[in-house]
Amino acid sequence: MVDAAASTKGDLNLTNLVKEFGDFRAVDDLSLLIPEGSFFALLGPSGCGKTTTLRMIAGLEEPTSGKIAIGPTDITYAKPYARPVNTVFQNYALFPHLTIFENVAFGLRRRGIKDVKEQVTKVLELVELGHLAGRKPVQLSGGQQQRIAVARAIVNRPALLLLDEPLGALDLKLRRQMQIELKWIQTEVGLTFVHVTHDQEEAMTMADTIAVMNEGRIEQMGTPVELYESPRTVFVANFLGQSNLVKGKVEGTSGDDLLVSVHGNRIIVPANRDFAADNHENSVLIGIRPEKISLEHAEENTLGGGIITDISFVGVSTQFQVQMPWGQELAVFEQNDGGASHLQKGDTVSLSWKPQFTFALDGTADVDAGTSVNPDEE
Amino acid sequence: MAFVAAVSKRSSVVRGIKRPSTPYLLLIPGLAWLAMFFIFPLINLAGTSTQTPGDSGEVGVYVQTFRFANYIDAFSGARDQFLRSFFFAFIATVLALAISYPLAYAIAFKSGKWKNLLLVLVVAPFFTSFLLRTVAWKQILGNEGPVVAVLKFLHILGPQSGLTASAFAVVTGMTYNFLPFMTLPLYASLERIDPRTLEASSDLYANGITTFRKVTFPLSLPGVVAGTLLTFIPAAGDYINATLLGNPRTKMIGNVIESRFFDIVDYPTAAALSFMLMAAILIMVMVYVRRAGTEELV
Repeated sequence: MVDAAASTKGDLNLTNLVKEFGDFRAVDDLSLLIPEGSFFALLGPSGCGKTTTLRMIAGLEEPTSGKIAIGPTDITYAKPYARPVNTVFQNYALFPHLTIFENVAFGLRRRGIKDVKEQVTKVLELVELGHLAGRKPVQLSGGQQQRIAVARAIVNRPALLLLDEPLGALDLKLRRQMQIELKWIQTEVGLTFVHVTHDQEEAMTMADTIAVMNEGRIEQMGTPVELYESPRTVFVANFLGQSNLVKGKVEGTSGDDLLVSVHGNRIIVPANRDFAADNHENSVLIGIRPEKISLEHAEENTLGGGIITDISFVGVSTQFQVQMPWGQELAVFEQNDGGASHLQKGDTVSLSWKPQFTFALDGTADVDAGTSVNPDEE
Repeated sequence: MAFVAAVSKRSSVVRGIKRPSTPYLLLIPGLAWLAMFFIFPLINLAGTSTQTPGDSGEVGVYVQTFRFANYIDAFSGARDQFLRSFFFAFIATVLALAISYPLAYAIAFKSGKWKNLLLVLVVAPFFTSFLLRTVAWKQILGNEGPVVAVLKFLHILGPQSGLTASAFAVVTGMTYNFLPFMTLPLYASLERIDPRTLEASSDLYANGITTFRKVTFPLSLPGVVAGTLLTFIPAAGDYINATLLGNPRTKMIGNVIESRFFDIVDYPTAAALSFMLMAAILIMVMVYVRRAGTEELV
């Protein structure tokens, strides 16, 4: 059973996974296929069920119903120590009484592997901490402990490596550095990584595929670009980056475009970016990312009569808050290339953008979904 | 700049005047107490241990002659009780550990909302007198008591035999009396273990037994060391259990010292025995702590 760790590889397949804690459904009928060798991120706010999902894959929680399989092997009810899965825990959970060498060797020794010394030395070199083999975990910095936690897991060459908010305890600069390093390690060792995080930037930097989770379900799954450019739900639009969402009514179509009346302005949405196609009777939500909007150049889609209420300079760009005639505040990011530098607080401006950047979402959804969650909390 | 200068000046004032003296002042009551009730009696006792009877021959009058042979005489007269003390204390410590570990483990990891209640129950015996609780064991183990009745019914005990006034009763009493001293440090160290390290162990291919052997137990070693010391040291010097639950052949070194002091009024021998007991325990503890190698963990 234990030897499966070395041989059985394959895709991770979650089928109709449900986990209930009393009356609370932490994970709600989740199905997911994670291809072998991919860097997959489960992204969502705290309490969305992402960590519970991870713990079920690791075997630390038992699913209420559903199935977990790696390749052809059903591991739904296998004990944690009998699965070809290793975890990098939040706060690392290194063994404080063992040296770094013995921490890394732990899994190998349990499986009765012969060349422990050689393998541990190799993986410590990979994370560039070979010189610390004789130390105890408390003698290491946070970043070093983090790398040892990764080394302790990947030395076992699991079919699947689970990372539970592995960078949460590091400061911002170190986190950026470790993101690149982890990505590099993943390419180097070629294992499937499943990364749980609430940090959208982290997920976008590292993962090939991201599943955005909310209230125990997957809202949307795709590449970082797909999720950012074409969010299909209000939650995703707001949770990944920032979005301006404005209510409008569908007026008709023109060729391949959807025509929407937004407070008297005609807005064009390409049909393939209309994600509310099955619910046009009521209103739709028109979405546009702040950096796609121009205050200078006129484009096909324009909302006029906005008044600048706030300007903040953030280096590469300047962020404007613009109050629209119907009271809503919209965000606009302008590159600091000289174009918008003359604008002042109180100026009246028009917001313009190319139709291809517009997306339409179900108008019955809560406009604030995904905004109230603080992405920096645990 | 001026602000920085002002702040650093103020903090240096704080450091210069207030800081150093306060900790020392706070130490004074404790140090005075120790000097008066520990160091002074100890020196006094050391002096007494080398005295010999005065010329008058009057009982209880001794003069200082620096007779170190007192130690040899004292030891040869009480060798059996010495060995018995350490043996009983050792057995009681092992038993207390065997009983306390599962108890502490259950309280730390499995008790949920009952945790505080269980801890109170562990400490609850302290609300009644040590003597009373020891006397109670006389009844529990007595010939009319429930334990003997059950054991006789099961034919483990013969019809004529009993449990009181025996080595068994003494060790049982000691085990019972020192149980909380074992349980509490064990609980404290088990409770400190991050449950995620146990999950990490099971994630790294260790089953329940291996996880206990390789992670839980090593991490609880500080508690094991503290608990065994807190049990063994007082148990080795104990004489109440031997007095109330034992017989003349279960006398411990504590009983000898007590009777030398109060019955025979042989102060030098009693003092010499006390010192030897102290030294023996000190050496054993040092060897033990070094062997356990837990300095880093505590």
